Amino acid sequence: MFSYLVKRIIGMIPTLVLVCVVVFLFVHMLPGDPARLAAGPEADAETVQNIRKELGLDLPLPQQFGHYLLNLSQGDLGTSLRTKRPVLAEIGARFMPTLILTLTSMVWSVIFGLVIGVVSAVWRNRWPDRLFMTLAVSGISFPPFALGMILIQIFAVNLGWLPSVGATSWQHYILPSITLGAAVAAIMARFTRASFVEVIQEDFVRTARAKGLSEKVVIVKHTLRNALIPVVTMMGLQFGFLLGGSIVVETVFGWPGMGTLLVDAVTARDYPVIQGLVLLFSFEFILINMIVDVLYGIINPTIRYR
Amino acid sequence: MTQVTSSPIESLPPKRERIRTPMTEFIRKFRKQHLAVVAALFILALVIIAILAPWIVPFDPEEYFDYDRINQAPSVLHWLGVDSLGRDIFSRIVMGTRISLAAGFISVALGAIVGTVLGLLAGYYEGWWERIVMRISDVLLAFPGILLAIGVIAVLGPSMVNVVIAVAVFSIPAFARLVRGNTLSLKNMTYIEAVRSIGASDFTILFKHILPGTISPILVYGTMRIGTSIITAASLSFIGLGAQPPTPEWGAMLNEARSDMVLAPHVAIFPSLAIFLTVLAFNLLGDGLRDALDPKIDRQ
Repeated sequence: MFSYLVKRIIGMIPTLVLVCVVVFLFVHMLPGDPARLAAGPEADAETVQNIRKELGLDLPLPQQFGHYLLNLSQGDLGTSLRTKRPVLAEIGARFMPTLILTLTSMVWSVIFGLVIGVVSAVWRNRWPDRLFMTLAVSGISFPPFALGMILIQIFAVNLGWLPSVGATSWQHYILPSITLGAAVAAIMARFTRASFVEVIQEDFVRTARAKGLSEKVVIVKHTLRNALIPVVTMMGLQFGFLLGGSIVVETVFGWPGMGTLLVDAVTARDYPVIQGLVLLFSFEFILINMIVDVLYGIINPTIRYR
Repeated sequence: MTQVTSSPIESLPPKRERIRTPMTEFIRKFRKQHLAVVAALFILALVIIAILAPWIVPFDPEEYFDYDRINQAPSVLHWLGVDSLGRDIFSRIVMGTRISLAAGFISVALGAIVGTVLGLLAGYYEGWWERIVMRISDVLLAFPGILLAIGVIAVLGPSMVNVVIAVAVFSIPAFARLVRGNTLSLKNMTYIEAVRSIGASDFTILFKHILPGTISPILVYGTMRIGTSIITAASLSFIGLGAQPPTPEWGAMLNEARSDMVLAPHVAIFPSLAIFLTVLAFNLLGDGLRDALDPKIDRQ
């Protein structure tokens, strides 16, 4: 188990480095001169030259990348062009609301998705299955921002039960996390059902039934565990989907998270902040995928000690 | 239903009986998927609407303003009502069909073509080339899709064309992976060995003999992907990074409707419905295609 973990962590490093390279090169792909962008449109040639020196943009590219990595290892992500505050401070305040939002969405949607998927598979081609699968295909087809607007309209405006904007209490989390998780719950339900239906037709399930085990034991002990193996992989992929989705959902709910910060930064062309956020989002995604891979090793004994 | 697995020579039919080619087999299975057939017809109707949009719209979607009927609910004159600036919502949604379908089709087609070629080459040649392609795909897949799209837009600037490019870029690695997997399993099959033994070039083997074998998964995945891409494009417009007002793009329309939700919910409801029904149709069609193309599934 331990060696597997170490191997996975080492395996992450090339991807992390490549992500850093892409994010580093990002500023150089931009149309125009990064130093001029940092200096602002009114700056004269001398100021631009000073800023170029200050940011180390006059050095050769590999050396610049070295500096970038060095700064990164010290937690220095540069300075926001808009607020002149360190990028890390800008992001710091926004990190937790987004993380908690994605985690709460993940938890409810995975539980819901699994239960619905299993129920649909067990009663497949009967009414619970048809009902849930209709809901699920609608869930993946409904645009999340529209769902958010409708939920706000019903529960915040018409009924007045829940707050619509901000993130100051636990009630604030309910509507955004329903909005964010709906599509994932739908995907998980469809995927769980497909995986479960496949396993339930296997010979060993027939054997288990033939030897007189109760249906509950057959479903929970024999089918579920095997059906879950591909589902866990799917879970990791869905986390990326949630992180991306949070950008849109945060905009709908005026959520003080990394998503709204990113949209504001792109609109204001605040490149250091965009760079920092893209890096952070990607690191988070890679990390979660690694955790999922380890989980995969735990539930799937055939790959545990490889 | 009878099982048809025998070789073409054995199953040469007596006169007048219909020959079962993969195509007729596909059509036979597909026609049983009633929902998917309805979805396909719906998409066909949407395509026709998109093509004929400028001639269908009763009012100019951008330049017509009815200041007497601002935020008015649906009526005989304005079928889906009027928005907060006095524009006809029906005309805007019809015109928006064009934008959303084009965005979905073009971005997925671009992603599928580039991804397929890369995947074919990576699966067939392996070695350093494969490692480079797959490593780059891994990195691209390491970014959540919409984040990558926002990155591309940050470089190119907000516009619908750039949204299409961005969505295409993040479709590439998924198609590359899919096709590579299929290529890997196809290239060691006996028929490929046979083709090679009669001296066919790598190009012929790849594009005439391996590519057709990867078409079904590409088709299924691509269809579903169009739905996802339409939502992504609308999302980007919604957060202000795609189509800009007054363009009648569905996501942008919803963003404009936000401030008037309380007064005039219909302004938001119809664009939402348009996105939902369109994406639903692509997802149902994708499901149907998957079931019709999957040789394992032959439902009673």
